[in-house]
Amino acid sequence: MTVTNQSAAPPKPPGPIKWARKNLFNSWFNALLTIVSLVIIYFILRALIQWVLFFADWSPIVEFPLLLMVGQYPREQLWRVGLSVSIFSLLMGVSWGVWKGLIQGFALTLGGFLAVLALMPYPLDFLTIDVRLLLLMNVGLILLGYWFGSARKPRGNYIFITWMIGAGIIVLVLLSGFANSRLIPSVPTTVWGGLMVTLLLAVGGIVFSFPIGVMLAFGRRSNLPVVKGFSTAFIETIRGVPLITILFMFSLILTVFLPTGSRFDRLLRALIGITIFSAAYMAENIRGGLQAIPLGQIEAAKAVGMNSLQINLLIVLPQALRLVIPAIVGQFISLFKDTTLVIILGINELLGIGRSVINSSPEFVQLQLEVYAFIALLFWIISYAMSYSARQLEIAMGVGER
Amino acid sequence: MSETNNEQPMIVCRGVKKWFDDFQALGGISMDVDKGEVIVIFGPSGSGKSTFIRCLNRLEEHQEGTIIIDGIELTHDTSNIEKVRMETGMVFQQFNLFPHKTVMENITLAPIRVRKWKKDKADEIAVQLLERVGIPEQAEKYPAALSGGQQQRVAIARALAMQPKIMLFDEPTSALDPEMIKEVLDVMIGLARSGMTMVVVTHEMGFAKSVADRMFFFDEGLIVESGTPDQIFNDPQQERTVLFLSQILTH
Repeated sequence: MTVTNQSAAPPKPPGPIKWARKNLFNSWFNALLTIVSLVIIYFILRALIQWVLFFADWSPIVEFPLLLMVGQYPREQLWRVGLSVSIFSLLMGVSWGVWKGLIQGFALTLGGFLAVLALMPYPLDFLTIDVRLLLLMNVGLILLGYWFGSARKPRGNYIFITWMIGAGIIVLVLLSGFANSRLIPSVPTTVWGGLMVTLLLAVGGIVFSFPIGVMLAFGRRSNLPVVKGFSTAFIETIRGVPLITILFMFSLILTVFLPTGSRFDRLLRALIGITIFSAAYMAENIRGGLQAIPLGQIEAAKAVGMNSLQINLLIVLPQALRLVIPAIVGQFISLFKDTTLVIILGINELLGIGRSVINSSPEFVQLQLEVYAFIALLFWIISYAMSYSARQLEIAMGVGER
Repeated sequence: MSETNNEQPMIVCRGVKKWFDDFQALGGISMDVDKGEVIVIFGPSGSGKSTFIRCLNRLEEHQEGTIIIDGIELTHDTSNIEKVRMETGMVFQQFNLFPHKTVMENITLAPIRVRKWKKDKADEIAVQLLERVGIPEQAEKYPAALSGGQQQRVAIARALAMQPKIMLFDEPTSALDPEMIKEVLDVMIGLARSGMTMVVVTHEMGFAKSVADRMFFFDEGLIVESGTPDQIFNDPQQERTVLFLSQILTH
């Protein structure tokens, strides 16, 4: 068949002037709104930029950058943190190479952060030429990992396992050390602090609360009364209590129940508190997804002979998770920000360190705004990276689906 | 194909009864289906025909009577149920393809996970099956990108991939647009002629005429009448059968 009467092609997208006239100035009212908004934006931006560049005094941050990053971690042991960052960078690079867009947000954030520090045009005390080179080396490691990941395409399972092993080594061996080791002497978690602790709590909370949340979600839908009852009671109890209360309970009650003399690490207590709190919310988010899967899917899986474990893992869970990505990421982001609450347990995460920097000298007390603005910026960057990756994940998983 | 089980019917049902709360859906169904037979079940909605076919692979539990599939009785024994499900393929009215898997993955998932075949072997058979249902070029697409008729043919291929001895069809063309019904029926006719044992719930009387060995008319949870297509269409004995056939054939 030949098409004789071809309709005209759709018009080309308009140029910027046409676009502005159509969308910003198409009526006198719209034009007025546009001009008023532009004036407001101009004054806000001008004030902000002037403050950042000329009025603000960034000396608390410039003088104590290490404190904000790693807390009181012994300075002569800092190479251990550096090595951890290198391992992290390499793994991030490989994951970026394999999963591309999903990891891109995190990889670029990390790489950009390291590069900005390394190439900072101001002379800063701690940024010696060695440190700058090491920071650049980490950027190189990300790129090396990216190259390896995209060239070799290692299987996702292997990368996942490597991440687990890498994280275990970083936290349990490299950062903690051993009591009677000369090379890596033990560093108690009481001196850990800053962004390092914030990230450890957030990543740990996410990694542990996710599988627990999945199990609780299935548990609450289980036919076994004991499992169902336990899951429901757990979820409803935890959700009925503020996080700050849970953290208090874990720091106080746990010491009452444990035999005297046994020391239960403070950071670990905080991590457990955050994890179970987040798991309860995670469970309800995931349960919402599970409920949305049509019964026909389960019947079709049964009809080809799958057992219930296979049905849940291969058919129900992947579809359910896809539905609730936005809710799960929202939960992750709020968990990340909630880590600031561990300050009440005396753990100096980023915000806590920020406060001790402020209180360290009378002149800094007047510079609270600068410190808090810097901390807020760090939180925003990382939260946005999470949000960005989640959108990429949705796009990737949405391909060819209803 | 082996001829060992020739004396024993593929499907044996004796007095199968089923209630949903107080409502009796099946009032005592008895039916034997021999190897290679094609059975068509028809009847008004609510007559229990879907419930019955879903009892044959225990998507529904019957409460009284016995169902024996290829020598295995369906009871609460989970391993027996899984064995029976491996030997019976099912095609649903709503296709029920897995939307998060490609066509290829839909077909190979169960052979790899349940039959424990190597991926290569499963892929090879999947390609053959897609060839057989006439859509080899759709292998890497997701179900949502396919038309209803194509989806249903993938569903048939998915069921066949487990190399079942029995195929169950629960109103396979009812959710399809008219122009797509034929492409699905053609696949089913080919399957019937290849000697597959089939139980088909359908109102496609043309299909029944051309390949059914026996037909069963269900109403109110009971078999009202059964016989060859010739008997049912040309010499129905029951008034309800006559009435129902006149309703579906004259519109």
